[in-house]
Amino acid sequence: MEHTHTGVAHEGHTHDSSTKGIWKTFWILLAITVFEVGLAFLYLEFDFMARWMLNGIFICLTLVKAFFIVAEFMHLRHEIRNLVMTILIPLLLFVWFIIAFLADGESWKNMRKDLAPGTPVAPATHITNEPAHH
Amino acid sequence: MDTAVTAKKKWWSGGHSPFNVSYGKLMMWYFLMSDAFTFGALLIAYGTIRFMSPSWPDPNVVFHSFPGMGHADLPLVFVSVMTFILIMSSVTMVLAVHAGHMRDRKAVIKWMTWTIIGGAAFLGCQAWEWTHLYESGAWWGRNPFLNVDGTLASTNFTNFFFTITGFHGLHVTSGVVLNIVILANTLKGTYEQRGHYEMVEKVGLYWHFVDLVWVFVFTCFYLL
Repeated sequence: MEHTHTGVAHEGHTHDSSTKGIWKTFWILLAITVFEVGLAFLYLEFDFMARWMLNGIFICLTLVKAFFIVAEFMHLRHEIRNLVMTILIPLLLFVWFIIAFLADGESWKNMRKDLAPGTPVAPATHITNEPAHH
Repeated sequence: MDTAVTAKKKWWSGGHSPFNVSYGKLMMWYFLMSDAFTFGALLIAYGTIRFMSPSWPDPNVVFHSFPGMGHADLPLVFVSVMTFILIMSSVTMVLAVHAGHMRDRKAVIKWMTWTIIGGAAFLGCQAWEWTHLYESGAWWGRNPFLNVDGTLASTNFTNFFFTITGFHGLHVTSGVVLNIVILANTLKGTYEQRGHYEMVEKVGLYWHFVDLVWVFVFTCFYLL
């Protein structure tokens, strides 16, 4: 790795003159996008798997794409650990952020359903409804 | 920038950046982190409202048009082209940064020009999509599309769509402006005089971030 070299002070890093890595990342990103769109089309045509499974695949592939953009294009993978951590650790807040808010949306929907005019009083331990999101 | 780096280096003992990057690059990273939370908040608000709604419009029905194809039913095709354009302009941006490392002024000019063209093309596509949706009756506060289950949809769908893609488009616009500034400086020879092309890297970070956000917008609005 370039950081183990003792470079000239103003020169910064030593740089590889080949652009192979850049194009490799491009092909990975393109292939993932084409795969996502292809999967969406197959789903429209044949409806061959559960919607939540398809969504799970889409979200995982999105995270893979995000990883490649940040790691390679933004070069974060080649920075020192201090920088990587100062950027990534705060982003862990998103885990709580997403879970809390989506759960809130879900319970909001159930409350509106339970409290809609003409709805009989729900028993204390009611069964949560299937998420109707799509 | 101190680069006499060994495994035993004491990063926090002072005298050099503990992050091994210049002040400007570090601050660009922190800005992008805060911007990530802004976009994250918008997308999570969208997710919350979508989870709250008993039903929601089908993106494959809403986004099914392609310029010049009339009423042909082509879900996802146009937005895939937009995604491709943005990824491609990210690649030309990395190539510009790479050329800057090589102190190759001509190549920086070439790749920055392509990046600007890519950004402008993306904005053109978005302008077409917005115009098309506007003409089919969609706008903030107006939603002509039905829910998947056939019921009338609230305006949440269009409000979030125009707000979030609009905010992203605003980022692309400022990115294109910044890229033009960098290109002008490169043409003037500013970075050649300065002895390095780090400004290309800083603006490059911002440009990749715009691409990164689009990856999430694409998933949240068009795939899910």
